Amino acid sequence: MRDKQVQDLKEYKYGFSTDIDTIKAPKGLSEDVIKFISNIKKEPKWLLEWRLKAYNRLKVLKEPDWQKPKYPKIDYQDLYYYSAPKSFKEKPKNLDELDPKLLETYKKLGIPLQEQKRLNGIAVDAVFDSVSVATTFKDTLTKQGIIFCSISEAIQKHPELVKKYLGSVIPITDHYFATLNSAVFTDGSFVYVPPGVKCPMELSTYFRINASDTGQFERTLIIADKGSYVSYLEGCTAPMRDENQLHAANVELVALDDAEIKYSTVQNWYPGDKDGKGGIYNFVTKRGLCQGKNSKISWTQVETGSAITWKYPSCILKGDNSIGEFYSIAITNNHQKADTGTKMIHIGKNTKSKIISKGISAGYSDMTYRGLVDISKNAKNSSNYTQCDSLLMGNKCGAHTVPYIKNKNSDSNIAHEATTSKISEDQLHYCQQRGLNSEDAVGLIVNGFCKEVLQQLPMEFAVEAQKLVGISLEGSVG
Amino acid sequence: MEKQLRTDFKKIIESSNFSETEIITKEKYLNKFIQNGFPGKKNEDWKFLDLNQAIKSNIENLDYFNENLPNEVNPKIYVDGLEHNKIVFINGRIEKIDFKYEESDKFEIIDKFDSKSLLNDVNSLVDLNSALTNKYYKIQVKEHYTVKKPVILYNLTTSKISSKNINIRLDFNLEPNSALKIIDYSIDKSEKNFVNIVYNFNLEKDAILKNYKLDKEENNNIKYSYNNINLDTNSVAENFILSLGSSFIKNEINCNLNGKYSSAFVNGIFNLDNNKNHEIRTSINHLNENTKSYQLIKSVLGENTKSAYQGKIFVKSNAQKTDGYQLSKAILLSDNAEFNAKPELEIYADDVKCSHGSASGSLNQDSIFYIMSRGLNYIEAKELLINGFLLDVVEKVTDNEIKNLIKNIMGLKE
Repeated sequence: MRDKQVQDLKEYKYGFSTDIDTIKAPKGLSEDVIKFISNIKKEPKWLLEWRLKAYNRLKVLKEPDWQKPKYPKIDYQDLYYYSAPKSFKEKPKNLDELDPKLLETYKKLGIPLQEQKRLNGIAVDAVFDSVSVATTFKDTLTKQGIIFCSISEAIQKHPELVKKYLGSVIPITDHYFATLNSAVFTDGSFVYVPPGVKCPMELSTYFRINASDTGQFERTLIIADKGSYVSYLEGCTAPMRDENQLHAANVELVALDDAEIKYSTVQNWYPGDKDGKGGIYNFVTKRGLCQGKNSKISWTQVETGSAITWKYPSCILKGDNSIGEFYSIAITNNHQKADTGTKMIHIGKNTKSKIISKGISAGYSDMTYRGLVDISKNAKNSSNYTQCDSLLMGNKCGAHTVPYIKNKNSDSNIAHEATTSKISEDQLHYCQQRGLNSEDAVGLIVNGFCKEVLQQLPMEFAVEAQKLVGISLEGSVG
Repeated sequence: MEKQLRTDFKKIIESSNFSETEIITKEKYLNKFIQNGFPGKKNEDWKFLDLNQAIKSNIENLDYFNENLPNEVNPKIYVDGLEHNKIVFINGRIEKIDFKYEESDKFEIIDKFDSKSLLNDVNSLVDLNSALTNKYYKIQVKEHYTVKKPVILYNLTTSKISSKNINIRLDFNLEPNSALKIIDYSIDKSEKNFVNIVYNFNLEKDAILKNYKLDKEENNNIKYSYNNINLDTNSVAENFILSLGSSFIKNEINCNLNGKYSSAFVNGIFNLDNNKNHEIRTSINHLNENTKSYQLIKSVLGENTKSAYQGKIFVKSNAQKTDGYQLSKAILLSDNAEFNAKPELEIYADDVKCSHGSASGSLNQDSIFYIMSRGLNYIEAKELLINGFLLDVVEKVTDNEIKNLIKNIMGLKE
């Protein structure tokens, strides 16, 4: 009986797919496909040119290969770069016009868009394959002058903001996957918080890959103007499929003077089955720019899904007194692989950064923390504190730490600590003595191990994340 | 470069008497080196210190053939106040071997080439060394024998040579329950040479190796040193690196903990000024159960200097109960100084205790204030703090006589 429960829990509960008519761009990557995407989204000319410029650069660029988890070569001509539900040719004006099948999908995922209209709480932007399907709580936000919409909508309605900030943090001259995204990005969220406004609710995007053979390339742009504050959440799931799917998103954050952005991710893409078949390749570029004085950007991530996770949410601390933070839990089980960490680039004076990373690997998985702390010559009085701990379960998995530390300033301090260990027998024994079975005991200990990071998550997410941590490790002990 | 290499290689072959098979193996290594060239920034292991660039900008027309003329050994160079055995290299050529303190039947010096001892797939510089060394020596310490006095390997370069590549290769085999202390002691009177040293140590059961490297004299040579240490059950290797004088030096230590209960220690000091670039790279491979490693590296960095520490702890999946520790600390005294670290853990076993730490920053102003309030001036206070900082590493040296020698070299008071 219990075995069956465990079995049920272990299975990926978001693995269903929705049967819905879609419009797709022709298969493959070419100038025509980019024109097709740009055309269907009715984009202005400058954006098309920008995309093509990125595409031209992509042609000469090589895929990076220094990462720890190796993967079979991706055939970029065998992917669909645009896929949208057919009912979206004319974008529905409100939720009532939305295809009921879509609403059903999100309800199954635990995000009832309809009810959210009435309940107080989180404003959601739901992205289904290539397009944003719904954004809730628009009115409340508009009153305060906050713009929260899909990036396609922003391109139409707020071109001046998009033009100014798009590519300002991740330029088209960046690495391979970022450039690919610049060429073919389809949708994503756009947030602008005007000066002095504290966003009254959590903003959230829910990403869902549905169609097969598609890559998801979304682009998120968040701008916090002077003295503003915004907290943004992101969740992701995908159906179970045998082939590997590519997800290469770009996320750009810009914080002006005295602004603060808090960005939280709970990533639970389909990790592949227990033999490592299928799953999402999560190759994401996330970068925040603390442009103004006293600005702050804080990344929190809980990474439990994906066959391969390869990302480094980074902070460029350009403004004086700016602060960058990175809190991460990464859990890999079965044949999952992760190479994740952060970069903290200190440029301004008195800049501070903090990195807390917790990695847990079980089964046959492999996990790497890779991080860079770079204090430049002019970053007087800067400081960094890094702590990365790894927990291993079993001797078939690996846990690695590869920090790069560069200090070019004599007034700055860098401190780095890392440990690797297993769950101690004593702790397990203690818990079991008090009546917990070994699975629950491990869950409890692991949650304690991750506590510092879980605390950083907004309430609604923290509960979900805590459960996720438990589920991801089910069956890995005993 | 290739043409120069090939002609010089020919000259080396002609001037020595190698067998046919030896020449073929040497050629193989030469081709490998020509294919890869000097490592540069693009190579992950050389990310912080670009050797290719350094050679290009400092040495014109690097010459690989050394005429191998005998030199006179001036006894003035010997270290005072420490009874020791000696092996003297002058410009890469062995001029003197003196083991007068030892029982002659307890150790052996073999100069027969053994192709098994060649190191494969390490890096292009080791390949270069394998291709171009013209002499091969192996020092064999017999079972249950403790070499009484330390062996100092004098590595002298004279002002006669310039723009030369010097390759030195030595092998050491410590039979069960034997012990050996060696000191690598370089005296440089030359400039603009590229010195490439490779040592290979094999420690059998219960053997103890103490390996000290002292680079103290100011010089403008570019140096690379690679030590490979294989450890069998219950053996111990203690390494200490004092990195002071050369303008460019990289010390690399690779320890394979093959036997149970074996342990490796690497301690190092960088105390740099005037445009110096130094690096220590270690990789400690825990390949069996109950092995232990400990590393402590400290840097003091003055005007326009750069130091790097790349340390890797690798734990194989069967190496349970591993204990690995790594700490690197740096004090930056100037705004033009740079400290880079890459302390790496690669772990495949779960019942292990591995950790690393790294800290860098300036001298603590409160400490300086405290000392000055007790009557010392600013410079004295600074010196006191730096000495204390570095003394911590020197104290890890387990041999008292050698510890005092190191303290003298560094000007630390006992």
